[in-house]
Amino acid sequence: MIPNDLRYHQEHEWVRMNGTQATVGISHFAQDALGDIVFIDMPKPGAAVKAGQQIGEVESTKTTSTIYTPVSGTVAKVNADLKDHPEVVNSDPYGKGWMVTIDLSSAGEVDKLMTAAQYEAFLSSQKKG
Amino acid sequence: MLRTTLITRHQICGAKLVDFAGWEMPIQYSGVVDEYHTVRSHVGLFDVSHMGRIRIAGPGAISFLQRVTTNDVSKVAVSHAQYSMVCNEKGGIKDDIFVYRLSSDEFLLCVNASNREKIILWLQSQLAQDATVRLEDRSVELAQVAVQGPKSRDLLLSLGATALEGLKLHRTCDGTIGGLSCLLARTGYSGELGYEIYIDADKVGRLWDLLIDKGQAYGLKPAGLGARDLLRLEMGYLLYGNDMGEDTTPLEANADWTVSFQKGEFVGCQALLAQKQSGPTRRFVAFELVEKAVPRHGFRILDPATAQPIGEVTSGNLSPLLQKGIGLGYVPARYAEPGTSILIEIRGKSLPALIVKPPFYKKPVRREG
Repeated sequence: MIPNDLRYHQEHEWVRMNGTQATVGISHFAQDALGDIVFIDMPKPGAAVKAGQQIGEVESTKTTSTIYTPVSGTVAKVNADLKDHPEVVNSDPYGKGWMVTIDLSSAGEVDKLMTAAQYEAFLSSQKKG
Repeated sequence: MLRTTLITRHQICGAKLVDFAGWEMPIQYSGVVDEYHTVRSHVGLFDVSHMGRIRIAGPGAISFLQRVTTNDVSKVAVSHAQYSMVCNEKGGIKDDIFVYRLSSDEFLLCVNASNREKIILWLQSQLAQDATVRLEDRSVELAQVAVQGPKSRDLLLSLGATALEGLKLHRTCDGTIGGLSCLLARTGYSGELGYEIYIDADKVGRLWDLLIDKGQAYGLKPAGLGARDLLRLEMGYLLYGNDMGEDTTPLEANADWTVSFQKGEFVGCQALLAQKQSGPTRRFVAFELVEKAVPRHGFRILDPATAQPIGEVTSGNLSPLLQKGIGLGYVPARYAEPGTSILIEIRGKSLPALIVKPPFYKKPVRREG
């Protein structure tokens, strides 16, 4: 459930690199913890964002959760399909459930994020704690 | 944590368990929205054994219940059920309850899980030395499940519960389901056709298995607290602890109809009468957000002209049916009229909303018997 080709943030976002652009979503663990997602408030294309900043909200039937961007740059695209079908984040968090793409302003940031193995260890340490 | 008799069944059904009022209860099985739609379109099965069940019996039972509840118990015939309130001396709501009349001098009260101990202690203190009334906590040996949804009657009839053919809303009957004797009540918290089944705790496992098994043909799924909360919110039903408490009165909570001033003295009567005469200064209302967003418990309600806080959201969510943010809360009486504009403050943004007349969910026309 934790794809090897992605990098992970401690707030449970993932990043997929494509040249100088990053695609961001939330992890399987995050969607499972939230339960049924019913609405996603996302940033507008063109917005300048800084790593660690809040860029949106995920609303589930149970709770509200903040979306943090793991990387800095400019929002290039937001996934418009999630407006009418936010539940796609539950069914396909690493694929069709992507949330935004960001044109990176600082390429080195991605290397600071967790690898799949590190994220897996992080999750199991959290479960114990 | 407390667990109901059905805990292993919940685990087998894949439940996510959470702490609810000290009980380890399923919040969901297949998913909150899926379970919600199952109840609206087919039938859902809920374990509600965490609620409190109190038997009140004896020649003095009626006059005791007249004194400790707000509604008129004398209007409850045998095999009828009544929604009512238990209030404190100030008219504040100690609990909202269902009163079932089992025989001429025997009643069953269904109380909220979170209030069970408090209510039992309160009733005992009100009972004092009255030897004409017996109070018995039956919560452990008597279990309770709810079967809710348009297919609930057909399912239960197919299992031999012939006694419920023609059973009207808020009526009860003795019956059997798959040969297991139980008390069947046409009550619930979903707004759908539905029943609550009171059954000996040592039989409820067999009943659950039977309903899960035979229910498949009717589209039945087990449903948890998450779906239960969405269903009741769309009906505008109050949830104790969220939408009312000891500092709110039935008159403020839009539950005037549960208060009988004609029946004689009851606990909270004087305070409620005074409030009725002066008119409650705040009112419980339902509202819809104009844009898509999700109001939550504790968010502030603002005046649309001045942006000053005027109240608080007590319950809110996204309605799966309307695909709109819906909520409940208290506002000063002058804002309570349907159609009035208000603002809901959601994470620093003030979003427009309209007061509406509940329920949010208007039932399609169908056979209701």
